[in-house]
Amino acid sequence: MRPQIRLTAALLIVAAAGLTSSGLRAAEEPKVIAITAKRFEFSPKEITLKQGETVRLQLTTEDVTHGFFVKPLGIDEDIAPGKTTTVDVTPKTPGRYTTICDHFCGAGHGNMKMTIVVE
Amino acid sequence: MDRRKFLTVSGVSLGAGALYTMAPHLARSAEGAEMARLLGRQNGERPAPFRVFQLSDTHVGWDGALGTSAFERAVEVVNGLAPAPDLVLFTGDLTHDTEKPGEHAVRMRRFQEIAGRLKVPKVYQVPGEHDAGLDGGDLYRNVFGPTSYSFDHKGFHFIALDNVSRAKPEVGAEQRAWLAKDLARFPKTAPIVVFTHRPLFDLRPDWEWFTRDGDEVMAILAPYENVTVLYGHIHREHEQTIGSAKLFAARSLCFAFPDPQGVADKKAIPFDKAEPFKNLGIRQVQAAPGQKGATVKVSEVSLDAREFSGTEGFNQLLKNPSL
Repeated sequence: MRPQIRLTAALLIVAAAGLTSSGLRAAEEPKVIAITAKRFEFSPKEITLKQGETVRLQLTTEDVTHGFFVKPLGIDEDIAPGKTTTVDVTPKTPGRYTTICDHFCGAGHGNMKMTIVVE
Repeated sequence: MDRRKFLTVSGVSLGAGALYTMAPHLARSAEGAEMARLLGRQNGERPAPFRVFQLSDTHVGWDGALGTSAFERAVEVVNGLAPAPDLVLFTGDLTHDTEKPGEHAVRMRRFQEIAGRLKVPKVYQVPGEHDAGLDGGDLYRNVFGPTSYSFDHKGFHFIALDNVSRAKPEVGAEQRAWLAKDLARFPKTAPIVVFTHRPLFDLRPDWEWFTRDGDEVMAILAPYENVTVLYGHIHREHEQTIGSAKLFAARSLCFAFPDPQGVADKKAIPFDKAEPFKNLGIRQVQAAPGQKGATVKVSEVSLDAREFSGTEGFNQLLKNPSL
């Protein structure tokens, strides 16, 4: 029985290695979209997502702390200098969603926004 | 007595701030009499009719076409009223923010100079995000004092609520706890006026016309049957009812935003030289005691341009001088 146990264990190890291989991991991880904030704009100004498809937003700021708020999509983040804020989103309903900075950042803060389009 | 009608609010659109008439109807019920005694004991004032003007969003320092002219004209209008209102409440964005060293303090002093011309017994204010958003309210507190506080006036309890000096648009747990404690000494029928900057509800979140914990604030206020909330921020008039609370926004004194219904982008209504004060305004609140509870009447007061000159300034007429 022992040789059989060792073989099974070896197969499990191989299988586990396969699950963590880069090819398989890439197929499972969501698409990444980088968004940069600076006073008083986001870049890009518009992104397009697909309904039901999970996307990973990587948020950074070039200057001060900004907010990243879009209530219908359940996103409410702060983007602090010197770090990347990551948020996964799986939009359920098609539409155009205005995303605003809700962390006051100066005189032009009130018009700091971008659009997330869900198709 | 129908306790739900203890305090009634009505609004008449006339258009330079808001003038409120307030009337606590207290003495005709045992509960009202007790509240009158409570308020009288605290500050020596008996319930009596009075008027309150709400001015908002003066944005001193903003580089728009009007500068401070609408603000200064609104002060003249208020000073021309007889009898003079007891109180003037400024609901935030007194100044426009700037990062030029020392300049924001200059703008706050300029605001104080113009507001100081008001011939009214008391002037109160709360900050807007343009006053307190960048430094957490430090400069504002140095110039104006606390960002949240409360006081009693002739049978009404007034609460200044700060929903701008935190990083996010919110009141915050600490101030909500203070609010609940501040209200706890009053009976549920007490006439209460909250003045704040942002709307305490989701008026248009994608225009940042909301307060994150507004629902929690309104839940604290919900047991009180005679609550009026005055706010600014949206640069236009708006009325809302939440439970038994009535909420009113005053117009701005620098530029106006359009009705958000059906409008995608937040863009100011273009300046019209022919009607420079169009869509701007102040709000009048008239309060009067009576037999069936407190009455609050709300009306808009328009500044009507008679003449406009970039160098000569503005010569304005009040549309309804009988106010």
